[in-house]
Order: sequence, then C-alpha cells, then structure tokens
Amino acid sequence: MTEEQTQSPPVPESGNGSAQSNEELLRVTDLVRHFPVTRGIIFRQKVGAVRAVDGINLSVSKGQTLGLVGESGCGKTTTGRLLTRLDEPTSGQIVIDGHDVTHLRTRQMRPLRREIQMIFQDPYSSLNPRHTVGAIVGAPYRLQGLKPPGGIKRSVQELLELVGLNPEHYNRYPHEFSGGQRQRIGIARTLALRPKLIVADEPVSALDVSIQAQVVNLLEDLQDELGLTYVVIAHDLSVVRHISDHVAVMYLGKIVEVAPRDELYARPRHPYTVALLSAVPVPEPPGTAAGQKKRRGRITLEGDVPSPLAPPPACRFHTRCWKAQQICKTQEPPLAELAPGHKVACHFPENTPQQHEEITPQAQQAPADPAPPS
Amino acid sequence: MISFIIRRLIAAVFLLIIVSMVVFAIFFILPKLGGQTNYGLATQYVGRNPTRAAVLQMIDQLGLNKPLYLQYWAYLKAIVAGGHYGTGTSSVYCPPPCFGYSFKNQQPVWPAMVSDIPVTLSLAIGAAILWLIAGIGIGVVSALKRGSIFDRFSMTIALAGVSLPIFFTGLISLELFSYKWPIFPNVQFVPFTQNPALWARNLILPWVTLAFLYAALYARLTRAGMLETMGEDYIRTARAKGLPERTVIFKHGLRAALTPIVTIFGMDIGLLLGGAVLTEYTFSLHGLGLFTIEAIQNQDFPEIMGVVMLAAFFVVIANLVVDILYAVLDPRVRY
Amino acid sequence: MAPLLEVEDLRIHFPTDDGLVKSVDGVSFSLDRGSTLGIVGESGSGKSVTSLGIMGLHQGTSARITGEIKLDGEELVGADPARVRELRGGKMAMIFQDPLSSLHPYFKIGDQIAEAYRIHHPDASKKQARQRAVDMLGRVGISRPSVQVDSYPHQFSGGMRQRVMIAMALCNDPELLIADEPTTALDVTVQAQILDLISDLQSEFGSAVIIITHDLGVVAELADDILVMYAGRPVEYGSAVDIFGQPSHPYTWGLLASMPRIDRERTTRLVPIPGTPPSLIKVPSGCPFHPRCRYASQTGGKSQSEVPPLREVTPGHLSACHLTAAQRTEFWTQLSGGEVREDSKEPA
Repeated sequence: MTEEQTQSPPVPESGNGSAQSNEELLRVTDLVRHFPVTRGIIFRQKVGAVRAVDGINLSVSKGQTLGLVGESGCGKTTTGRLLTRLDEPTSGQIVIDGHDVTHLRTRQMRPLRREIQMIFQDPYSSLNPRHTVGAIVGAPYRLQGLKPPGGIKRSVQELLELVGLNPEHYNRYPHEFSGGQRQRIGIARTLALRPKLIVADEPVSALDVSIQAQVVNLLEDLQDELGLTYVVIAHDLSVVRHISDHVAVMYLGKIVEVAPRDELYARPRHPYTVALLSAVPVPEPPGTAAGQKKRRGRITLEGDVPSPLAPPPACRFHTRCWKAQQICKTQEPPLAELAPGHKVACHFPENTPQQHEEITPQAQQAPADPAPPS
Repeated sequence: MISFIIRRLIAAVFLLIIVSMVVFAIFFILPKLGGQTNYGLATQYVGRNPTRAAVLQMIDQLGLNKPLYLQYWAYLKAIVAGGHYGTGTSSVYCPPPCFGYSFKNQQPVWPAMVSDIPVTLSLAIGAAILWLIAGIGIGVVSALKRGSIFDRFSMTIALAGVSLPIFFTGLISLELFSYKWPIFPNVQFVPFTQNPALWARNLILPWVTLAFLYAALYARLTRAGMLETMGEDYIRTARAKGLPERTVIFKHGLRAALTPIVTIFGMDIGLLLGGAVLTEYTFSLHGLGLFTIEAIQNQDFPEIMGVVMLAAFFVVIANLVVDILYAVLDPRVRY
Repeated sequence: MAPLLEVEDLRIHFPTDDGLVKSVDGVSFSLDRGSTLGIVGESGSGKSVTSLGIMGLHQGTSARITGEIKLDGEELVGADPARVRELRGGKMAMIFQDPLSSLHPYFKIGDQIAEAYRIHHPDASKKQARQRAVDMLGRVGISRPSVQVDSYPHQFSGGMRQRVMIAMALCNDPELLIADEPTTALDVTVQAQILDLISDLQSEFGSAVIIITHDLGVVAELADDILVMYAGRPVEYGSAVDIFGQPSHPYTWGLLASMPRIDRERTTRLVPIPGTPPSLIKVPSGCPFHPRCRYASQTGGKSQSEVPPLREVTPGHLSACHLTAAQRTEFWTQLSGGEVREDSKEPA
C-alpha cells in the first residue's frame, strides 16, 4: 500500500476527562518556513535557506492538548509563531476553526486574534514593565474595541481571580510580582478574549520547579473549566507528558513521530524519540534498582544536531542514528501510521513487531534492523 | 574578513559618489527650484565684477543650459582631470583635483584648501590623542570606583565640559593663559616641519580647549560602557580563572567596552577633520574651519563647494576606518 | 583521609538599601576527594552564592562572609585575596550556567584556555600553553581540536561551548570542580553528553565535584551526597540514596512531588508547593519553610518561633525540621503511596 503525505486526523483519545468533541480546531498542512540566507560581496544572492520548518502536518481537536517537543533548531518555536501568525509561512496551509489564516494580512487577522492567543516563555520580558497589571490584562479588550458588561476593570479582576491572583493587585506593576505570578498574569491576558486555541511556548521552563507545578495545574484546570485547546511547545519531556493528550516530536524542521501521549512514552518508535526519552535524567540515584534500570536503557547520541541550513538528505536523523542503513541516506521515510493514531517517519522503527518490509515495500532487499546498543 | 573589507571599500566609494551628487544638487539644482535663473546662478561663480559677457561665458562653462547629467559629469570630470576657466587671455588652467576656481580670490580652490589642511589636522589629531587618554582614563577609574568622590567629582566636571561652549572656554583660557599670565603667548600656527617645539607649544591651548569638551563626553561613555561590561558573565569567568584584577579590567573588560566608543570616535574625528570651526575661530588658526567661514562670508561658491566635498570625504574615510577597526576588535561582526 | 573541602557555618550577607540580604545563613558540609556533592535548591536558595563564596568571587563586593571554608586544610575565609586568587582556577575551578555569555566573545577559545593555563604555570611558553589547550579540547570530545582551537565562541553550538568551559576549568588539574547549573541552558540529549563527560573526567582526574542545580534528575545522575538548601539555609543533607529513598524534610518532599516524572505512572495532578520562596531580607521567623509547609501546624508552634537545627535522622543523614523522625517517616509514607489534596491557587 502506498502512503500519502497528507493524513487524516488521528483518532482522538478517549477517557481523558476533557471535551470529547471530535471537532477539529486546528489543521496544519505541509507547513513550510524557510529563512533565506544571502551571500555576495556587492549583490547579495540567495545561496541557501535555513529550513526551520520543512513540511509538517498537524491536527488538534477541540478541547485537546498537543505537545510539540524537540531540541534547539528543530523548528518548534518557529511553528508556534506560524500558528499564531506572528510570522508568515513560506508555503502550506493553516486552518483554525474553519478559517484559512495562512496568508492573512494584519488587518484581516485582527478579529481572528480573539480565537488564537499565545503564552510566552519568559515572564520577565513578556510583560511591559511600564504598564500596570490591570492595563496589561485589559489591553486585549481595548485593542479589539470590546466593552464587556460591567466594564473592563471588572472583567480584568475576574480574570486575575481565575488565575489565582489577588484582584486587588490591579494597580501593581510587573516588577512587584514573582516569576510564577508574572506567568499567571500573562495567562490572564491570554484568556481575556476567551480564545479557542492557545499556543504556549515553553510556558514553565523559566520557572522554579515548585512553581512550574502550580502553573501546570492551573493550565489544566483552565482547560477543563473553559474548554480550551492547547498547543504546548516545550523541550521538557516530563512536563509535556503530564499536560498533553497527543505528542508530536520534531527534528530539524520535520515531524518524526506523533502519537497519543501514553503510546509515545510507553512505546516510542522513532530512534530519535527513544534517545530523547532515554536522555531525560530521572531522580533515582544509580545505586538503586530503579536507577540501574534507567541507565541500562540510556542511549547517548553522538555529536550535535546538524545545521538547519543543510539538513542531511533523506532521513534527517541518519547522521546520528545507530541503526542507519543505506536506504536511510537515499530515501526519506514517510510519516506512516503504524498503530492507531501513532505515526512514525522511519525505515526501521523501534518497538515495532511487524517486519520493516510492510512499512516501506522498496526496502525489501535491505538487511534486518540491527538491535540498538544497550 | 577580506570580503568584509572589500565590501566596505566599495560602499565607501559609492557613498562618495552619492555625496558628490548631493553637493551638486545643493549648489546647482536647489537654487533653480527656489526660483534662481541660470544667469543669477552663474553670477555667483564669476567673481567681483560680473560683466554680462563673463556671466554668459560662465553659463556656458558650467553647462547650465545643458541637461543636468551633463552638468554633473562636467563637475565630476573637473575633479578628476582638471578644467579650464575663463577664455582668451584670462583663461586659467585648474589642475586636478579641481574643485573649482575661485574668482574672488583668483586661485583654484584646491591649493587654498590644502594649505589649511595641516592646521586642522594638527588641531584635530592632537586634541584627539589628549581626549582619548583623558576621557577613557577617567571613565575607567570612575566606573571602577563607582559612587566614590572621584566618580562624582569627575562626572560633574564632565557635565561642565559638555555644557560649556568652546568659544567660552577658549576665550577664558586665552585670557588667562595667553594674556594675563603669558604662558602661551601669541598663539599662532607654526608648521611642524618648521619648528616642532613651537608648533606643539602654540597648539596646547586649543588642544586642551577642544579636548575638554570631548574628554567629558568620552569619560561618560566609557564609564557607562565599563559598568555594563564589568557586569558580564565573561568577567566572572576571567576572575574564576584566577586572573589578576588588572588583566580582568583591561584585557577582558575595557576591550569589550571600547568597541562602541571606537564607532563614535570615527564620527567625531571625521567631523572634526572637516574643520573645527569654533576652535579655529576662537584661536585664529587658519584651518579648514576658518576657510569655510570666510568662504561663506564671501559667498564664494566654488570654495564652499570644495570644502563641503572635502569634509564629506574625511567623514566617509573616517567611518570606513572605524568600521574595519570594529571588525578587527569584535570577531562576531566579520562576515 | 581528611576531606578536601570543609565548610562550617558559612554565612554570606549583603547589606543593601532595603536591608540585610542573608543569601547564605549557616551552611555546613564536607567533601572528600573524588566524590560529588549535589547542592539542590530553587532560585534564592543561596546555592550559587555559596559556590561563589568558596571560590572567593565575592571579593570586592559588599558581601560579609563569616564561618570557615577549608580547602585541603587551608582556611579561605578572611585569607589574603592574592592567595585565594592563586588557588582560583588552579586548585579549584568553576564552570557556569550559560556558556555563551561566560566565554569572552572577542578571544579565540584556544587563547582563553591557554590564558588559564599560563596564569597558573608562569614558566610555560605560549607554545606549551597552546598545546595544552589542544589536548584539553580533544579530551572533552571536540573534534579536530588543532583546528578548532582558533575558533571563536560564537562559532560553536551550546554543547560545544560548555565542553570548552569544562576544558578551561580542568586544564590545571583542579582538585575541586564546581559546576553551577552546567546543563540548564542545554538540550536534553546534549545535557546527557555533558553529564557523562563530567563523570568520566572526574574519574580520570580524580577531582571532587560540587554540582549545583535545581533539577533533581541531574543531581541523581552525578551526586554521591546531596545538600538541599532553602532560603539560604540547609534543610536536608545526606547521601543520594538516603535523600531519594527516605527523604526527611517537607521541602524535599515538595520538590519530589511537584516534579512530573517520566519514569512513573502518570499522576492526574502534580502536587506543587504552595506559595512562593521568601524574601531573603525578611526571612520568616523560626523555620524559613513554615509558611509553605502543610505540616507546620503539627510542630506545636515551634516552626514559627524556633529555627530547627540540623539533626541526625540516621548516621550521615541530617534534616532541619521540628517534626519528629517518626512523624516524618509516616508523612513520607503517606505521600509516596497515597493521595494528597492541594490547591492550584495561591494562598490569599
């Protein structure tokens, strides 16, 4: 059977407590963002491009959370900016709640900003230090020209309460708050217009561990209360596991694996995902049984991530993959659905009981996959 | 790095060409837009007693009836290849670089300027050395001893230096050190080649006056730059390596703090080389600044045009040098 | 064999216009040659200030340092700054969190390493120092070191830059290496590489290592012993096995419970520590953790009034808590097995 590049939405996971709706809120098709690189003494010619996002497909159903993970240079932050149209794609399509927002200009985008909002990473620089909290959280109403019943101030105070802050702090300035509180202010601002989709770019990585937990819980509570849909971009796999329903793993501008959360963490199939998960340090000292078990499975990748200016041909991961074969260097593996809702782009995926011949028929002459190093 | 330098050189050449176009436009296009006729325009270039014939000849010479690009071309050609002015017995040859012929002074513009360049050069470079040493030195010490009496005192003096006009400080210093107490009597320019000691002695007052202003500025800039740099992480690393504090301050700190100052210095010296007008006027040193003032007072257009081109040239060159210097200092900039 | 480093009742206070900031307020620990101590805490716990204090990097600031820091028997607090400078970079070395800003952008990395070498080996020639730099770069896993030695920091990736920092710190064979959040700014796969590298080099060079971090996973990788700090005070101290196996302080429990774990069953809810870390100027009276501790009420009022001393739980395992050991064992058993209610909102 042949595989297509565009895929149907994954089967939504049941039993997670939030909205059961099958309704697709976000669909991304073949999204590409290249940043041109120019060179030349007098006349700058385009000699190449940083292929930050190089053809990805995503789908998120209403009320669900998609976690987007990857390391530096994988393109997840650029993807976040494209989803909220802070940047314009080079090609591809983004459809939010039925609206094609791919190439909308600023003015056309403005009314849609009520539907899509972003939470930023750094709570210290994402709030204007010259504005009071009230002004910051109330700004969306003013910018959209909305007058909520009871007035903007009342709505702002309700929002502050919603995120667990004291509404009487309306007139304080950001520097009077801690990092965790500032992030809550940012979240309150994001919620002002009751958006349907929220893209959170590393929402907790700048916070202390104990505060991270508070904010993660808050985001989950808000999702339940308000029926929000999240795309959470993070590099911390533990946090992503906690908060997501589905997880997509990115590497050098491409999605290499996407699966429901429990599937991904229990049976990761792409070698990169396997290495990524095994690299996460767990709080179990080496002396204990749990610690030993963890270290046995550890895979340490060699070298650094290749530059997105010149990603390796065919499978981008082949330069660091312990199982790479000839076909990996010549033929790009398609994102294939190996289990319900679980897609992998690999010629020799891990944890896969089927023979590799069924996945990529052209690879029938290739030798059997070698076992990963222990 | 080499391609960086080549690119900058080519940019500088382009810039000079554009400057010449702008100068040309100011002198030949703007007046026309303001209602000036060809006749009136040509009169400016003819000299003391503009006879109708001479003016008409000038119109012809400057090509004022021809299309603009030809006029511009004639102007450029003169700079490179020289030109003739006047006809018949009063015809004069103006050798390249020919920035025009001043009829009021009966001489080509270029030699007149050239004789004034050494004055401005001596003044600018001497003052520059003084203000760099004083300004950066005081700035560094102030930054290291932030909040101390030295810091507050020097920054107050710096404020004074920046606020007091040159003609004020110049005149005061002349009054005190030249007339009242004849330490530096008779401030007059003596060429370096003639008598180095006297050359220096006569220039000390103008140097100090000019340097006072700039040293103040540079002290404040250096102080700010040092404070910022000394708070950087790599300074902490340098100390963690066990380096002596002096090395940390000068090799690691100052070098990083200086790069923005280098850029500013380029601008300052570029402008100054075009004529330290106030200082030259106050101390009656006949440099390019005074040349410019006299040219303006005399409404001597060829001279004005010439000195404008020369001043622009100095600015472009100074900025080019400084850009390259910046890349030498900061490897991140070289591409 | 005497410990390499002994710290006794170290206090580092900073007088400011707003009051006295007690960044470190009574820390004691010891470190043997070849072993690793992990200092764990969140921002404001005083862990970085402690390490800078050991290195003598508060020199010239307004810091008031009391207590004892003995490196190989030699007292560092109040010692001649010139002597401390001799030791810095030589016998004790440090690597920092952000390798991009910690390396000087204008100098080649080889020159920066060679500089560190020559200051402690004044007889070495430039050529020898450069060769040492090349050797160290190779040792830390940088490919083609003789070429890369002439590169600038901005030409490297984050992981490689941190390797350069490690090479620079180790080029003088220090007996003590302090790593302050060495992997926080790095990707997780690079982090694994760097932690492995530190561990390997430690075995090779025989240095003692202090690793400072807020990440309990990182500390579990490397540390033999762990010191947990809160608001400038030590709250728990013991071997890694003790701390992770039988943690004996509510703050430690809070840290462990608030971390999402990749190796365990996914819990439906994280259990954060309520509230926020305290101001170091107005440290809460008594036990600094009491405003955020759900067990404070069980101490009969002592948490608010008395500062709990570090007391032995089992040999080598100390905890600063007013709860009895029996109470703590009970509460930990509850926490690690059962459910705990919590609130995502802040206390009013």
